Amino acid sequence: MSVKKDIANKRVAYVNARLIDPASDLDIRGGVLTEGEKIVDFGPGYAKANGHYGEVDVIDCDGACLIPGLVDLRVQLREPGEEHKGTLKSAGEAATSGGVTSMLSLPNSTPVTDDMSVVEFVARRARLLGLSKVYPYGAITKGLEGKDMAEMGMLAESGAVAFTDGIRAVASPKVMRKALTYARNYDLLIVQHPEEPSLAEGGDMNAGALAIRMGLTGIPTVAETIMVARDVRLAEDTGGRLHFGHLSTAESIDIIRRAKERGVAVTCDTAPPYFSLNELAVGEYRTFAKLSPPLRNEEDRQAVIEGLKDGTIDAIASDHAPEDEDSKRLPFAQAAFGGVGLETLLAITLELYHNKHMSLLECLKKVTCNPANIVRLPAGRIAKGAAADLCLFDPERGWKIDADQLPSKSKNSPFDGRLAQGRCLRTVVDGRTVFEL
Amino acid sequence: MSTRDRELRFTHRHLLGIEGLYPFEITDILDRAEVYAAANRRREKVEQSLEGRTVINLFFENSTRTRTSFERAAKRLGADVINMSVATSSIKKGETLIDTAVTLNAMHPDVLVVRHGDSGAVNLLSQKVNCAVLNAGDGTHEHPTQALLDALTIRRRKGSITGLNVAICGDVLHSRVARSNVHLLSAMGARVRLVAPTTLLPSAMQVLGAEIYNDMREGLKDVDVVMMLRLQKERMEGAYLPSQREYFHFYGLDYEMLAKAKDDALIMHPGPMNRGVEIDSDVADDIERSAIQEQVEMGVAVRMACLEMVTANLDQWREENGK
Repeated sequence: MSVKKDIANKRVAYVNARLIDPASDLDIRGGVLTEGEKIVDFGPGYAKANGHYGEVDVIDCDGACLIPGLVDLRVQLREPGEEHKGTLKSAGEAATSGGVTSMLSLPNSTPVTDDMSVVEFVARRARLLGLSKVYPYGAITKGLEGKDMAEMGMLAESGAVAFTDGIRAVASPKVMRKALTYARNYDLLIVQHPEEPSLAEGGDMNAGALAIRMGLTGIPTVAETIMVARDVRLAEDTGGRLHFGHLSTAESIDIIRRAKERGVAVTCDTAPPYFSLNELAVGEYRTFAKLSPPLRNEEDRQAVIEGLKDGTIDAIASDHAPEDEDSKRLPFAQAAFGGVGLETLLAITLELYHNKHMSLLECLKKVTCNPANIVRLPAGRIAKGAAADLCLFDPERGWKIDADQLPSKSKNSPFDGRLAQGRCLRTVVDGRTVFEL
Repeated sequence: MSTRDRELRFTHRHLLGIEGLYPFEITDILDRAEVYAAANRRREKVEQSLEGRTVINLFFENSTRTRTSFERAAKRLGADVINMSVATSSIKKGETLIDTAVTLNAMHPDVLVVRHGDSGAVNLLSQKVNCAVLNAGDGTHEHPTQALLDALTIRRRKGSITGLNVAICGDVLHSRVARSNVHLLSAMGARVRLVAPTTLLPSAMQVLGAEIYNDMREGLKDVDVVMMLRLQKERMEGAYLPSQREYFHFYGLDYEMLAKAKDDALIMHPGPMNRGVEIDSDVADDIERSAIQEQVEMGVAVRMACLEMVTANLDQWREENGK
């Protein structure tokens, strides 16, 4: 593309920053020098705003935090198939506005990503847009039907970075066991949506006192717990690599904590709503807070924070799920699950830092190097020769999240109206500034 | 005496549920309904406080009884009544609830009486219209006028609600009637027991503020009122209960079971009854003990009071909001 040619040898120095590389525990006064699409140098030598850096464009970061761009493990694009809800472009703009430079897209598009052509389509479209980088997941089973395995080997060869049935759980233990075993053949990662479908069926929100009062059907925490327990056993049995998406309950986190102690190859993530909101957010039948898994009670929320602190939960993903008005402005039971989250991933994650649960460095690991390591992407770190994917943010800058102002095509944010602290100022993808506040 | 002549303590624009109402508001409605009950019995003409008003009965779920009761109540007060049911509307053609609200708004109704199969749907509708909304039952959430008519019936038979022991028996989990009744009866000082098998009465239901009984014989001990709930047939075929026979054996109300309650215990049922499933025919038809007929009668009176009160408040809201 012409854009790339223009910047082929362009050198840009990002100076006078608080340079943080979570992967190497680096937190210094300094900056980064990029050439073309790559980082060529970084360190304290770029601390001064008015230093002599030679023939380069200088961007003064004014003391803001310069970190590797965020890596988001869990995004639904809606393209191809449901472009009225979201597109690669709207997701790309949402991502870059929140400092996300790499995202993994779930396979529940139409057609589903169980075929190489879809992997290639998504990757090519994203490359042409030149916004956030998109890495598609491949389907575990054909048509996401949970029965017959998709061509995981060939999908991986064409660019699928890991495998999942997206917002559906692989319900059959037999199919899951086969998938974990077969994935080992190519050393592939299996990602599970941990929810036993027969227990969640017909449910609208977390089971318990509030559901009873509101007259809504509950999804019990045990729906998540037994699926996590089951799949941990299967991973142990097969030796396959397993990752759980969006954990929400105290018990399931505890199961993973114990599995990790035993040395099982299992990782997991959670999403911002599960450590910053609880089920009370659905009061008054607020469908924007209807999420999958459902928002749980306060003890579960606290347990998610504990899991993040002690490292049981490896990463935080946005769980971006655009839904249009027609899918949300409905009676609660009929409304779709999910919320947009790319724009708010960084800001809500920083609440863990501002609320003194974690250090800034620990917090940022959950959205940069940790998710990159889980899917083995060469992203989420500042290193010589690494892609120049950067996020510049002010950790203190306050703003009010206004769903209508978000770049996502769909405005279903569970955080609408929330006051946030910490905002992305600039996002750089492959050496190009793709977002500036 | 019209409500306009006295201080109105019920100040809500809508009646969406019992939860959140103050005891004095409930008392106001019941007092007003009592006046109408007497007038209805004497076939007297009442003040046409809804004259020139339009009441739309919007029923997304079929219900002959409740709809007829609301229709009767609105007409007694002089309102124009339009009945809309799903079968004759475009809802089935994909029109959303919000579209319906916008369409109805254009007809300038004063009161919408709404029944919907989804919890919270009436709430949602009330946010989108310029009139008053009366909840005629939403999903498994609330059915406020049923609880009010039950309360009026109890008050007439027992003199007062305060201090009574009331057992609500049956499919509590799926019952909006049970929820509204628990809220109302506890607010008015009764002690409420919920009686059902564990699959229809999760322990979390304690949050409603009632005592939980899984053994009906225990649950009925010394109660003043036995309120039976309807059990839907599809729930008795293995999903929640093994069989109708087993259910009636342990939870059906017959004279033997009723003997556990106080001698003068009142029997109630929101209807329609499944005779031989949750209630024995002899018990249901016992004129001395059963208040089931009176419940229906009180339904019209209570709905007259509710219609009158929300309409009176509507004028003020319209003035303040320029609608």
